[in-house]
Amino acid sequence: MSSDYEFSDNDDFEYNDDEDMLDDDEGSASDMEMDNINDDFKIDKGPKIKVYEVEHDSLPQDAVVYLMRQDIEHISGIFGVDSEVASLLLRHMNWNKERLIEKYMDNVNAVSVAAGIAPPERSPEPSSSHGGPRRSSRLGFTKSSKSKSAEPSPPASEPFVCPICFDDTQQKTLSLTCGHLYCTACWSTYVSSKVRTEGESWITCMAENCTLVAPDSFVRTALADDTQTWARFQELLVRHFVSCMPSLKYCPYPSCTNTVSCPGAASKSALTSIVPTVHCGASDTHVFCFGCAIDTDHRPVICAVAKMWLQKCRDDSETANWIKSNTKECSKCQSTIEKNGGCNHMTCKKCKYEFCWVCMGPWSEHGTAWYSCNRYDEKASVDARDAQSRSRASLERYLQYYNRWANHEQSARLSAELYAKTEQKMEEMQLASALSWIEVQFMRKAVDESVRCRGTLKWTYSMAYYLEKGNEKELFEDNQRDLERAVEELSELIESPIDPEVIMSLRQKVTDKTVYVQKRNEIMLEDTARGFLDGRWKWNVDVEGFEKD
Amino acid sequence: MAVSSRRLQKELAEIQKQGTPVGITLLSADDFQTWLFSVEVLGETVYAGEVFALMFRFDGQYPIQPPAVQFLVDEKYTSPVHPHVYSNGHICASILGNEWSPVLSVVAVCVTIQSMLASCKKKERPPDNDRYVRHAPDNPKKTQFVYHDDTGIS
Ligand SMILES: [Zn+2]
Ligand SMILES: [Zn+2]
Ligand SMILES: [Zn+2]
Ligand SMILES: [Zn+2]
Repeated sequence: MSSDYEFSDNDDFEYNDDEDMLDDDEGSASDMEMDNINDDFKIDKGPKIKVYEVEHDSLPQDAVVYLMRQDIEHISGIFGVDSEVASLLLRHMNWNKERLIEKYMDNVNAVSVAAGIAPPERSPEPSSSHGGPRRSSRLGFTKSSKSKSAEPSPPASEPFVCPICFDDTQQKTLSLTCGHLYCTACWSTYVSSKVRTEGESWITCMAENCTLVAPDSFVRTALADDTQTWARFQELLVRHFVSCMPSLKYCPYPSCTNTVSCPGAASKSALTSIVPTVHCGASDTHVFCFGCAIDTDHRPVICAVAKMWLQKCRDDSETANWIKSNTKECSKCQSTIEKNGGCNHMTCKKCKYEFCWVCMGPWSEHGTAWYSCNRYDEKASVDARDAQSRSRASLERYLQYYNRWANHEQSARLSAELYAKTEQKMEEMQLASALSWIEVQFMRKAVDESVRCRGTLKWTYSMAYYLEKGNEKELFEDNQRDLERAVEELSELIESPIDPEVIMSLRQKVTDKTVYVQKRNEIMLEDTARGFLDGRWKWNVDVEGFEKD
Repeated sequence: MAVSSRRLQKELAEIQKQGTPVGITLLSADDFQTWLFSVEVLGETVYAGEVFALMFRFDGQYPIQPPAVQFLVDEKYTSPVHPHVYSNGHICASILGNEWSPVLSVVAVCVTIQSMLASCKKKERPPDNDRYVRHAPDNPKKTQFVYHDDTGIS
């Protein structure tokens, strides 16, 4: 005996308004604490959203489920289908409601088949007992304790034997509307394996070539009390939904289930004028770029330029040092030639041009004067040297930016060590002076600030490398130089030895310098961000989304 | 008894009772971990006179997850030269990946692979053979193949 089985609107999807309250109130307990501790560091914070910040919301999983629910209800209302059908249709169309409505109006059957709701016209055997293709408006599935009509029924006396496990003690069975009947234990293993091993939420029937897809209620039944896998399944549905929405991003931190909504960064074109660094809301450390996966915070430079720079570093830096000392450019075809022996008579592998390693002039003019080159004055070699020096200059220019970039990158990587050292210093200070634990926090604050600013500085070098020469670039590099100098001075102060005599004056100096560095960083970030908004920055290469001159 | 063992025992009993399809012979099935079949393509074929060995490796997830299937390459056997078969014996076939169904059996896989060979008109390796073989994992199941469903296997 079987009955079409369906779940009423799942309570699990019930959206709880209370849980969704986004933490909007400013000055949370921890913020206030910090303010008390750091009275010394009060600087004008200005308006809440700064020009280098982007407006965004943090959504816990429930809030995203609520958004999904709304779309499902909408489609369910328009098409007159039950919510599980609507859900599969939407999932199939990557949650694009407009396209779904258009396609559905055009050909209900085709969409239903593709969405795993109805079997194709010529349904694969065993043919369903309900006969023929169906246009389903509600999904059901069969759950029985005895084998059921879908397959040629064995005589009532014979027990059901599951064609997957051949375990005749398994008498509980399930099937989707196609009628392909298997034991509940096999379904359970299968669904769980799809969800856990494959991370798949689109779970088709186990029968060969059957394209029907398990609706949520079926998955839930198959998983029975495996609530962990059921939760994982729901997370997969949410992740899929989020990945279909340009204005949403799932927090990339491991085991975090928060989503960030940032409509301002939803389009590619927006990313040419803003750097959407966002917080997921679950933890202070969950910071990421809404526009790319390059770095958690690559302000002030936009995603496309940061990406270009990293690619260049990957392509160049490994060989750059080696190239510098061991290779030259063929003055005829410009391909790189490496010198691996002592002889100065070189032959370019590519164009077969023969030349002298020392003067880069053609070898033919050297006659028999092997190993001795005296042709520096020749025009050919002068030209060659120019080509050579041009390529040298370009490499040296890159290395100059790269070395600074790498220096700040390395400092940031060593920040954990710096924190540990500072921690120790703060203890020494308390011993050497009358300062309390709270009063030595200025050191920690100083380290925080230096790490933050090195992050900014690092990316300013990638930006400066691609900025076109001119006034704007000069102003940019002025700001960069001021910030760099300030950070280096602060770092020196942080690392200076503790002399009990001068602790109080050191404290004043560090505190002042920290405030100054913070200001310089604000200026760097703000001015660069404003420059992007104003379209002030011009590049010396083609940058995605920017017009070519 | 584990589901995979019971299922394999049942499949083995069936093979012993009913035999295998023409051109397919069970070479060894000493345990529920590794089975070996020989596969020949009969009739008009580019593989006339060639005999290949198909190796199945099972884990506890069988038959919910597909077995690891590949052609054996050793002193005796070679990998068939086929656009979906790499020289290390790995096979790019959707039935062994995303189109696997738990109702498929070992014999069904043999038959599918046999017909994949039978439909081949021109002996050639996959275009990325060298690159793939250089980096391939030992177990073909660890490879995420992009299936080329235009030919052969359906
Ligand atoms: Zn079963
Ligand atoms: Zn089915
Ligand atoms: Zn997070
Ligand atoms: Zn980015």
